Amino acid sequence: MATELRGNETWGLALRKHWRLYTFAILPIAWFLVFRYLPMAGNVIAFRRFRPGGSIFGEEWVGLYYIERFIQDQAFWQAFQNTVIIGGLTLLIVFPLPIILALLLNELRSRLFKRFVQTVSYLPHFMSIVIVAGFVFELTALDGTVNRLVELFGGDPISFMQQADWFRTIYISSEVWQTVGWGTILYLATLTTIDSQLYEAARIDGANRWQQTWHVTLPGIRPTMVVLLILNIGQFMQVGFEKIFLLYNTLTQPTADVLSTYIYRVGLTSGQLSYATAIGLFEAVIGLVLVFSANAISRRVTGSSLW
Amino acid sequence: MVNPAPVVDPADPAVNPAPKTPDLSRPLPQTTTIKDTPGYTVFRWVNGVVLVLVAAVTLYPFLNLAARAFSSEAAISSGNVTVWPIGFNTTTLMSVLTQELFWRNYLNTVVYTVVGTVIAMALTTTFAYVLSKKYLKGRMLLIGFAVFTMFFTGGLIPNYILVSELGFKNTIWAIVVPQAINVFNLLVMKSFFENFPTELEEAAAIDGLTTYGIFFRVVLPLSKAVLATMVLFYAVWFWNSWFPAFLYMDDPHLYPVTVFLRNIIAGATGTGEGLSDIAVQVGANVKAVTMLLTALPIVCLYPFVQKYFVSGVMLGSVKG
Repeated sequence: MATELRGNETWGLALRKHWRLYTFAILPIAWFLVFRYLPMAGNVIAFRRFRPGGSIFGEEWVGLYYIERFIQDQAFWQAFQNTVIIGGLTLLIVFPLPIILALLLNELRSRLFKRFVQTVSYLPHFMSIVIVAGFVFELTALDGTVNRLVELFGGDPISFMQQADWFRTIYISSEVWQTVGWGTILYLATLTTIDSQLYEAARIDGANRWQQTWHVTLPGIRPTMVVLLILNIGQFMQVGFEKIFLLYNTLTQPTADVLSTYIYRVGLTSGQLSYATAIGLFEAVIGLVLVFSANAISRRVTGSSLW
Repeated sequence: MVNPAPVVDPADPAVNPAPKTPDLSRPLPQTTTIKDTPGYTVFRWVNGVVLVLVAAVTLYPFLNLAARAFSSEAAISSGNVTVWPIGFNTTTLMSVLTQELFWRNYLNTVVYTVVGTVIAMALTTTFAYVLSKKYLKGRMLLIGFAVFTMFFTGGLIPNYILVSELGFKNTIWAIVVPQAINVFNLLVMKSFFENFPTELEEAAAIDGLTTYGIFFRVVLPLSKAVLATMVLFYAVWFWNSWFPAFLYMDDPHLYPVTVFLRNIIAGATGTGEGLSDIAVQVGANVKAVTMLLTALPIVCLYPFVQKYFVSGVMLGSVKG
């Protein structure tokens, strides 16, 4: 066990010496190959005609037929636009809020109160998306609390879930509700690592509380922010498929339909599997490009990156 | 003891102390006796009020749900139920509890959660142990092999075709097997094992234990805290999972309770596809009771296990 690593060790020697350890990896590697890499290869049906019951890699090449088809598909472009808008709103609103909440929590002096707010705010993270969707329907229903508040301020009840104009607001609000508390954990952990001497020095230099936050606290949590931002950018294209799928309907579709829900309908409701795969591949490739570019830009600009 | 910064290089021994969970509720030490400026005092009050509001808004849906579950249908549709039941009754609760399908689906959820967690733990711990051995040839290759799948996936349709072709439809395997390894959890376990004291493993090796013996008789028994965290992460994931079951199961008797709930919600709000008129009439109180019963185990367990989740997130933040 104590053997130090030698870079020039041959595979034969390594396998002979650590064969027991390698046997631990056999099943997981097989799992990754079958359940992660095989579906990646299965994307080839974006360029081949697929027949149900036939080969999972399709029957014959059709070139860029399906790609050309979605480029001319109006519904595809609407879903694409919605994806970009909802993804953008998520980055703009849902991403920064945990930072603000963490900073606010950090200013609390009562340990009990701080622990209480933390415990409460983590809870929604553990709820199934089905429950969260249920909450959304209950609160926004005509007999729900939100409409009670609307009436309290003199408005007429609104059937929120039937109006396309409201969908994004409702989706983003539910995301905020579910993820903001949990998102503070990493920031709070980073805040405990900031050297208190830095604050001392800032105070001696005459920095007020706000200036300390701006010049000491924020730079201290910047690497965490950058890493989480890159990870979030990697999720950009996949915007909460399951939640949108549960919340949307034909009335809200003009603003709610994103690429992943469109893929579901095209592929599994109408059975156009190759066509849906072509759109899915497009989505996945954009996601990959986004995360690699974000990582590269961040490494150059801020010095912190995922890899 | 300094806490590991969220992004550190684990290869650097100076920044790789034993993982220890910092107490996040500890207020920052007051290093000064200087009195607060009036502006800061105002800020502290505003801050307190804002955070009370945050807690209230977060809790409200839960309280509202509990109140609805025990209110009469008429009181709910009048819109007056907020945090206290109106027209208190347990008839709705009983009507859901006496449904055979509900219990069947609830039991399914328990079975799927247990089986899924066992498979996931077996694959994740063994692979994480392999990946944590820095002297192992091919280690970086394997890490890259796993991490790449976080950023690029096969997509819905190829996965659907694969699971169908494997004959997993309408079996438990469609739910538990394709989600057996979560790469994030894998990296959490890997960074935990990397910090495992090598002296213990070396001593065990001298005592004649093989890699298997060391792993099962030394490493695992001493990793109970992180194993508990991982079990909780996976168990919550499988408990909450609904989409694979929705996608791959046709027989209502095989549904987990989340799909049962989804169908009730979809029926009651008219968003489902191909709804019958009967489904649309599911009462708001029935919906509330079903939601409450689905969420209850997690809400009850949550206060006791919260610290494990928090420590898991922080372990995972160590760069892989």
